[in-house]
Amino acid sequence: MEDDAPVIYGLEFQARALTAQTAETDAIRFLVGTQSLKFDNQIHIIDFDDENDIINKSVALHQAGEIRHIAASPADKSVLTTCYNKTSDSRVATCAAVWRIPKDWEAGSHESPDDSSHNPQSLELLCHLDNIAHGNTACVLWEPMSDGKRVITLADNHLLLWDLQQSSTQATLSSSATLEGKGQIKFTSGKWSPHHNCSQLATANDTAIRGWDLRSMSQIYCIENAHGQLVRDLDFNPNKQYYLASCGDDCKVRFWDVRSINEPVKSLEEHSHWVWSVRYNHSHDQLVLTGSSDSRVILSNMVSISSEPFGHLVDEDELSDAEESHQEERNRAPLQDSIIATYEEHEDSVYAVEWSSADPWLFASLSYDGRLVINRVPRALKYRILL
Amino acid sequence: MDATAGATTPPESEPARKRRVHGMLKLYYGLNEEGKSSDKPESLDPCDINGPHFDPEVFLNKLRKECSLAELMDQESCMVKQIRALDSDMQTLVYENYNKFISATDTIRKMKNDFKKMEDEMDCLSANMAAITEFSARISGTLQDQHAQITKLSGVHTLLRKLQFLFELPARLNKCLELQAYAQAVSSYRRARSVLKQYSHMPSFRGIQDDCHAIMDQLAQQLRQKFRDGGSSAKDLSECVELLLQLDEPAEELCDKFLSHAQTRLEANLRSLEAELREPTPGPIAASDLPASSTSKPSASPLAGTPTDLSSPTKNSFPSPTARTDILEFIDRGCNEFVSSLCLVIASYQELFINRPQEGDLASKNIPQMASGKLHSFVDALAARYFNLVERRIQEEKGVGDNSLLVRALDRFHRRLQAVSKLLPGSAVPSLGTEIVVRAARERIKQYLAALQSFYLDSLTDVRQALATPRISVGGAVVPPGGGILGGTAPGKDASPSLPELLASLSASILNQIKSVLASVHLFTAKDITFSNKPYFKGEFCSQGVREGLVVSFIKFVCQSSRQFCESAGDRGGSTPPALLLLLSRLCLDYETSTISYILTLTDEQFLAQHHAPVTPVTALCSEAREAAQKLLNHYVKVQGLIISQMLRKSVETRDWVNTIEPRNVRAVMKRVVEDTTSIDVQVGLLYEEGVRKAHSSDSSKRTFSVYSSSRQQVRYAPSYTPSAPMDTNLLSNIHKLFSERIDIFSPVEFNKVSVLTGIIKISLKTFLECVRLRTFGRYGLQQIQVDCHYLQMYLWRFVSDENLVHFLLDEIVGSAAHRCLDPAPMEQSVIEVICERG
Repeated sequence: MEDDAPVIYGLEFQARALTAQTAETDAIRFLVGTQSLKFDNQIHIIDFDDENDIINKSVALHQAGEIRHIAASPADKSVLTTCYNKTSDSRVATCAAVWRIPKDWEAGSHESPDDSSHNPQSLELLCHLDNIAHGNTACVLWEPMSDGKRVITLADNHLLLWDLQQSSTQATLSSSATLEGKGQIKFTSGKWSPHHNCSQLATANDTAIRGWDLRSMSQIYCIENAHGQLVRDLDFNPNKQYYLASCGDDCKVRFWDVRSINEPVKSLEEHSHWVWSVRYNHSHDQLVLTGSSDSRVILSNMVSISSEPFGHLVDEDELSDAEESHQEERNRAPLQDSIIATYEEHEDSVYAVEWSSADPWLFASLSYDGRLVINRVPRALKYRILL
Repeated sequence: MDATAGATTPPESEPARKRRVHGMLKLYYGLNEEGKSSDKPESLDPCDINGPHFDPEVFLNKLRKECSLAELMDQESCMVKQIRALDSDMQTLVYENYNKFISATDTIRKMKNDFKKMEDEMDCLSANMAAITEFSARISGTLQDQHAQITKLSGVHTLLRKLQFLFELPARLNKCLELQAYAQAVSSYRRARSVLKQYSHMPSFRGIQDDCHAIMDQLAQQLRQKFRDGGSSAKDLSECVELLLQLDEPAEELCDKFLSHAQTRLEANLRSLEAELREPTPGPIAASDLPASSTSKPSASPLAGTPTDLSSPTKNSFPSPTARTDILEFIDRGCNEFVSSLCLVIASYQELFINRPQEGDLASKNIPQMASGKLHSFVDALAARYFNLVERRIQEEKGVGDNSLLVRALDRFHRRLQAVSKLLPGSAVPSLGTEIVVRAARERIKQYLAALQSFYLDSLTDVRQALATPRISVGGAVVPPGGGILGGTAPGKDASPSLPELLASLSASILNQIKSVLASVHLFTAKDITFSNKPYFKGEFCSQGVREGLVVSFIKFVCQSSRQFCESAGDRGGSTPPALLLLLSRLCLDYETSTISYILTLTDEQFLAQHHAPVTPVTALCSEAREAAQKLLNHYVKVQGLIISQMLRKSVETRDWVNTIEPRNVRAVMKRVVEDTTSIDVQVGLLYEEGVRKAHSSDSSKRTFSVYSSSRQQVRYAPSYTPSAPMDTNLLSNIHKLFSERIDIFSPVEFNKVSVLTGIIKISLKTFLECVRLRTFGRYGLQQIQVDCHYLQMYLWRFVSDENLVHFLLDEIVGSAAHRCLDPAPMEQSVIEVICERG
């Protein structure tokens, strides 16, 4: 069972923003935002044809500035948010806005893939999510699995909840919370929990992870010193409501049960530099993807703390004879927590990794030099989990 | 005689000839003239006419060949003469023999006559004997009647004597009772008993029997009383029991009584022991009141009552939790009181019930078997209680100060139980006692392990304190801002001269402690200790107990606790001072290289281990220690790297790089980074060797960098000015990366200074790079980065194994900064150099 070779796509610019198109569940599609000081920045819409291993891309211009963070609406395929650097008068500020991808992007990409970058259309600005008083926006979070009416922005030490109205063309600040503390506190990252009726949020600032209740806009837990150094990213287990993964500058990936926050449930130390991104697979939460500035992407199998800890029972009869001996071997030894694969296609720091929203066995990773790599979960493991 | 000689020699003289003839005859008859034949060996010559192998044919042929006619004639005449002489000799001999035969015939005839006379006399004798026999038969026939009568009379006499004895019996018994001559009474009664029983149908006998019974009952009563009193001596007691047994007293009952009587005494002993065990220590006075303990601390008694007597417990070298009698004393008391009286009881019991010669009907009752069964259960029950007490006492023995006392106590305990085993061969008591000793030894090993572990942790705390003690900085050591984060390194730097000393003293004290513990434990296997030759102490105790349970466990503990430092420190923000990590790493490495094998060899030597069970091999321990050392050193690198990273990160993050002024000097934080790196270099250099650098590292490298940065760096971001080629910079840096190796930032380091420093610098510079990438720079921001990087280059290359690494990373930083620059106008290399030289 040979695994498919990774598919590599190069961008002209440096990039650190990557997201899957959340609302799209049929096609494998990723959105990449570039980061260039001197040229117009772009949103690359990358379609991956799984059958033929072909990438189709279309580009939309994002003239507002270099993109730090990108997030796609869970309801509308063409709506997305970006956090971007706006440079004006030797001042750099990070703002956030909601955008609509021009309507004919799909058609255009199919007609003339070669031309797509030739005459790119600009994104259509729907509304700004700014409030200068709140400072630089670190990231924008969509309410998961909803109709795309609510977003949260994390700006410096503020947590802002916006209601999007009139087809997202108008954003009103519905509530906010501020994290007080000594020194300059800045949220680095956050994640909206898909559990508890989407009423919870987790944020990271410095070495701490905090949980928030959106109904009261108050802090519900705080994991001080969750990592030895800065916490870079968070993700909620999609199937276990109290489980949370985090990663940070101490090269570690940690798994937390937010009901007992004194000790991590599990701690991995596989990367040799800061871990910038951690993602649970949307359907099989034992699969955890991490990207690090050691230029590696690591896919781990965290069976022991997943929602399907022992895997599925296998019906022996369904197996072919050839596989039988192999299968027996597997059955005897239950799956252990382990690294499944280390992907070394990148040559610069990997700042973002993302699972496809359409195909649970496929993921993309983006490194600073603008290289996007699409990889698949090894087939052997895939069948082992499925069968 | 030689034929030729005979022929040639003249005729010999008469005697000589005669002798020769005799010789020949003798030869003929197989006789030997003494010794003669030996000096005249028989010749095998067939021509020797006197030889046994004479062959006439050969002889004649020979003569005919050799001799002339005249000689033959001479020979012939000589031979005829000799034949003639022989014939005459023969005649003489026949005549002599005939004469002798005649005289022999005469003698035989004379003997015949003598024998005839003797035969007549014998006949006469036998006739006389027959007459005597007849007479004697006649006499005995006459006396027979009288003899029968006498026999009958004597029978009657005996019977009468017996009867008299019977009639006199009651009186006699009474008298015996009065005189307390119980033995006599019993033997008299026993003699009469069967007779009385047999004739009890006759009223007169019955009376006697009843009387006797009454008296004997009384007697038995008295005996029992005596038995019950117990005060009597063992001999009396045994007599008593014997008599009672003879009186058909049930043996079982006697055994029970005897044992219960003994039990009360033994229980009193046990109770007193138990009281000692339970008795809480009211204070030093109580301790000194105990007569025994006052001997162990003679100063306590005179001081009692004075205010200073509070100090007396501290004088006790062995502050067990309850400072009453020490264990040796306790065991002594147990041995002297309980065990010795138990032995006494066993001995006398066996004397009484088991080893007695069996007689008559008593044998059939199988008393010894019953009695020994009772004895065993009795001894077992009491011994169990005693053991329980002893064990409780041993368990209280927690102090690990002086092991010899405990060992001596256990030895005594064990030794005394041997007496029981000798007395009572099948008993389980000695083996139970051995088990207690074994358990105590096991427990002791555990305690020693715990003590070693706590000692180790204590010494670590001491080291930590020594490291953390703020020393007054000498020579104006810079105390930079943000010292809070650097709290770990600052004392390390100042206290650095003592780091090797600390390591040496730590490892020496641990080794000493191990040695002293081994010495203490070794007491268990000393030759003069009785239980040391038990199989447990010969085998399992040495291998499983001391080697595995104590030494190996301790080494494992050291490694494990070291590893824990690595795991916990990350969470709590470097609670462990880095210097301690470094020190422990060196300690573990030393263990790996030499200490472990030394300790284990020492152990094996001391305990002459015959390892039956599989034991942990030295190599496994060594690899574990090495692993721990590696982990600690990696962690050290990480912690130090992160401390510097933190500084760099803060410095990049907090600055407004767009609106900064033109760089005039190197930022303070860079100086600080170099300073810290230098101090780390010194610190690591104290404990680790230099390590290898790549060959081309030399003083010239500094110049190379200058050239490199002025030429290549310019080329590298020159394209940035021309907006037409946005790809070039990426391309260039990618090509560059293709040819350089991938750098593992947090990778395991080797055990040398250069590798450690390389690791730290790698971590720091990578952080710098990542932080730069997150910022946007103005023109002067970029220039400042250039200056900073050049400064770092000037000072950091000397610490690392491969200076290209530093080049590459710094290059990357400057490149990234140029990328992130709004107005990339790099500074002239010469200006940078001037600024950096200025410092």
